[in-house]
Amino acid sequence: MSAAPILEVSDLAVAFRTEEGVLQAVDDVGFDLRAGEFLAIVGESGSGKSVTALTLLGLTRGPNATISGTARFVGIDLASAGDDELRRLRGDRIAMVFQDPMSSLNPVHRVGDQIAEQIRAHTDASKEAAHERAVELLGSVGILNPAGRSRAFPHELSGGMRQRAMIAMALSLEPEILIADEPTTALDVTIQAQILDLLQELNERRGLSVVLITHDLGVVAEIADRVLVMYGGRVVEQGTLDEIFYDPQHPYTWGLLGSLTRLDRPRPKRLAQIPGSPPSLVAPPAGCHFRPRCPHAFGRCGEVPGLEPRAGAAGHLDRCWLTPEEKADKRQAGDRIAPTGSS
Amino acid sequence: MGGPMARFAARRLVSMLFVLFAVSVLVFLIFNVLPSGDPAVRMAGKVPTETQVEAIREEWGFDEPLYVQYATMMKKIFTGDLVSYFTRLNVDEEIWKGLPRTLSLAIGAAIIWMAFAVALGLYSALRAGRFSDRLLTVLALIGISMPVFWVGALLSYYLGYKAGIFPNGGYVEFFDSPTQWLWHLILPWFALAILFIGFYSRVLRADILETMDEDYVRTARAKGLSERRVLLSHVLRNSLIPVVTLWGLDFGAVIGGGAILTETVFNLQGVGQYAADAIGQLDLPPIMAVTMFGAFFIVLLNAAVDIAYAALDPKIRLEGGERR
Repeated sequence: MSAAPILEVSDLAVAFRTEEGVLQAVDDVGFDLRAGEFLAIVGESGSGKSVTALTLLGLTRGPNATISGTARFVGIDLASAGDDELRRLRGDRIAMVFQDPMSSLNPVHRVGDQIAEQIRAHTDASKEAAHERAVELLGSVGILNPAGRSRAFPHELSGGMRQRAMIAMALSLEPEILIADEPTTALDVTIQAQILDLLQELNERRGLSVVLITHDLGVVAEIADRVLVMYGGRVVEQGTLDEIFYDPQHPYTWGLLGSLTRLDRPRPKRLAQIPGSPPSLVAPPAGCHFRPRCPHAFGRCGEVPGLEPRAGAAGHLDRCWLTPEEKADKRQAGDRIAPTGSS
Repeated sequence: MGGPMARFAARRLVSMLFVLFAVSVLVFLIFNVLPSGDPAVRMAGKVPTETQVEAIREEWGFDEPLYVQYATMMKKIFTGDLVSYFTRLNVDEEIWKGLPRTLSLAIGAAIIWMAFAVALGLYSALRAGRFSDRLLTVLALIGISMPVFWVGALLSYYLGYKAGIFPNGGYVEFFDSPTQWLWHLILPWFALAILFIGFYSRVLRADILETMDEDYVRTARAKGLSERRVLLSHVLRNSLIPVVTLWGLDFGAVIGGGAILTETVFNLQGVGQYAADAIGQLDLPPIMAVTMFGAFFIVLLNAAVDIAYAALDPKIRLEGGERR
């Protein structure tokens, strides 16, 4: 895990002009992605995780968007690169898989054609060669009868198969980074596990760097190397998987972990939840965005805490003013999930 | 493909026969209950005597029961023996004579209105909310609001009669002179197309804007496709589905009677103008024949639209006709 970062994001901020006012969707986000790393970005809807990912591909650009900060990928700043330069990277060196595989594939084109189209957009492969490659790719992501399936329209495939086809498409030009935005949310639980296994296999066998975006900490527990927890457009905590699960520093992370249902515990009467609702990003609370929902908030929380290594480990950063000792005390007191031995 | 296609064609044929039968009965009945509809009286001249009228009645079979008269007329339409009450000209031959004129007008206008609508709809959607889009919205509304006979008369008067750029109405056979054919049809084409350009470009603009928000368009961009490819292959390809449907239906409707006003204003002597003259004289045989002719094209184009729809939208199958 000490490989050099292939993606360095710093001070990334994305704001959209809306009818209600300026919406600060992403605020001061920074992280590194190392080659071959599996990074999870976790947060609830509106935390800015998807906007962060889309911005890396230039897909949030528009007349109403203001983007600042940098995102360095092999010497190119994704935040400020020209549209054409970014277009050449998209799908070729950085690929993305989206949440709903039904609506993410074009209903009027055959699956194989949609994959071949991407290959032909970045290479001068012939139509036949691109189609052969598409069939090969469909087979490589575990689709049976790939030649037949490549001629199918999206509505003729099951949800899991469609998501596999999306992943095959994303892999078609052997990208260095794969961004998967809630790739399993729209799928059945058994299919979810298959898709996650596929992502893990690609990461381990091919050394593909993966950014997995999810609202479900349970999903990342098995496979991520590092976790970024986002709240209200900011990164509130980041660390290795173990650091996040066994030594969480931010009260929001505690809440997320507390919301996991666990089979190794007696079933609670009610599922645990974080009281309140996510902040409006048009008129966010001053200081820490989690303050209105945080049971431990105090005077200093009116100022925005920096993302700093407070817990001791160099790579374990959080945005909370509490001292590590206070955190340990408060967490013990209200803790619902003491670490167990499982990984 | 043979199986569903054959079943589809058979079903459409049956329904077409039914529609033609229903339409013809309705027109026949309406004509016979019209006041001053008695053709014998009008055929007999200005000051007819009772015996003259009686003679005509007997000669033309107007004294027979209605269902016999109906059956005779329908038989004559299909055997080509039907003649007008007043001009005594063969009705089927007149329609055949007018058909190339009406088809020239309808096909040319349909191509023009689709081409302009796609160009303007796409441009408008890409400029949504800006000045040029708003200007086009206003122009489209004006285009939709202008009646064909008024636009036609204005074009014919100013560009034809006054400026002398275009001929002042009339029709030249394509095989006599292709350039003169084109020259004579340009004004009628645009007069007929303006309404449809306005309407179609609005429909297409709205549909394109909706499609641009689809997830699969985001996917197309994430694939690194050029913006042009995203627009044509992913946005427009999907947005065209409803417009092409509309196109087929309207094309059928124009041939089946929509061209009456344009043909009359520009004196094209097509089927529409023939129908207009027949209606003016309450001349039943041509009215019946032209009605059947129009209904035939409308039903035919409806079937064509269903076939095109199945080809454009893979979720549609001819057999069921509905989405799976």
